[in-house]
Amino acid sequence: MKISINGIAKDVTSTSLEAVLHEAGYGDARVATAVNGNFVPVGQRASCQIEAGDQLEIVAPRQGG
Amino acid sequence: MTAFYGVELPTAFMLGTAQYPSPAILGAAFRESAASVATVSVRREAAGAQAGEGFWRLIRDLGVHVLPNTAGCHSPSEAITTAKMARELFETDWIKLEVIGHSDSLQPDPFGLVEAAASLCRDGFKVFPYTTEDLVLADRLLDAGCEVLMPWGAPIGTGLGLVNPYGLRSLRAQYPDVPMVIDAGLGLPSQAAQAMEMGFDAVLLNTAVAKAGDPAAMATAFAKAIEAGKLARNADPMDPRDMAAPSTPLIGKAFLQ
Repeated sequence: MKISINGIAKDVTSTSLEAVLHEAGYGDARVATAVNGNFVPVGQRASCQIEAGDQLEIVAPRQGG
Repeated sequence: MTAFYGVELPTAFMLGTAQYPSPAILGAAFRESAASVATVSVRREAAGAQAGEGFWRLIRDLGVHVLPNTAGCHSPSEAITTAKMARELFETDWIKLEVIGHSDSLQPDPFGLVEAAASLCRDGFKVFPYTTEDLVLADRLLDAGCEVLMPWGAPIGTGLGLVNPYGLRSLRAQYPDVPMVIDAGLGLPSQAAQAMEMGFDAVLLNTAVAKAGDPAAMATAFAKAIEAGKLARNADPMDPRDMAAPSTPLIGKAFLQ
């Protein structure tokens, strides 16, 4: 199914957020996630179901002022 | 010493982590200035990049308090989601809340700021709101549950210093017991000293240090200015006056033709 990861269209076969992260190559990276604008904590990634058209945001620590 | 949400900081210097020429220079700026808080952000991570992990290790090794921000957010919902992601990543409930309302001046959106602050405070965050010197907005933010205020000195990145001293003095006088940080717009150490002399509890800046020719030296200069301003404030400065008053006694002056 087609979803968006950080604004880029991507085809994935996994259906949970946790599995999508692994399929997309994030492995065990230190990231935080949001699906369609809603924060999904680490502990809820396995139960968070991803559907076609969903927009994922995957962020990590960065410099800031 | 002022406590921020119960935390007494060893110095009144909060320093940003963006725009440095290199991670090594960033580290030197923190070590040499003894800044006690580092502001950080969250941004999109590419698969396999591991950039976030490397930056997080660098910040952890500084041994300072971490204050994540919601920089670039223009709506309450965007800021709230960003704050929640930052809390998980940085393992802190401190959040520097920015809800920008005007693209050119990066002025906070007062309505969105209050809405986001109320939601985050209810959710257990310790909110450091980036605000203006507006007294009514300050009142609303305190009502929303904020225990710290961070009024701007000038628009972010301008280096103009304290452009509205009257407004800032009024804010300080209106809420003498609320910890306040001058956040943004400072360009020179003398401006930081001025903020501390006015009675503010800390100073937060980034660009003035990161964009200096020698960031570590400039960070040290700011640290000394902040300390000088704090000492001066505690020393109870004299009141200014319009007319001259001789400091050398006139009594005993020789009568000479």
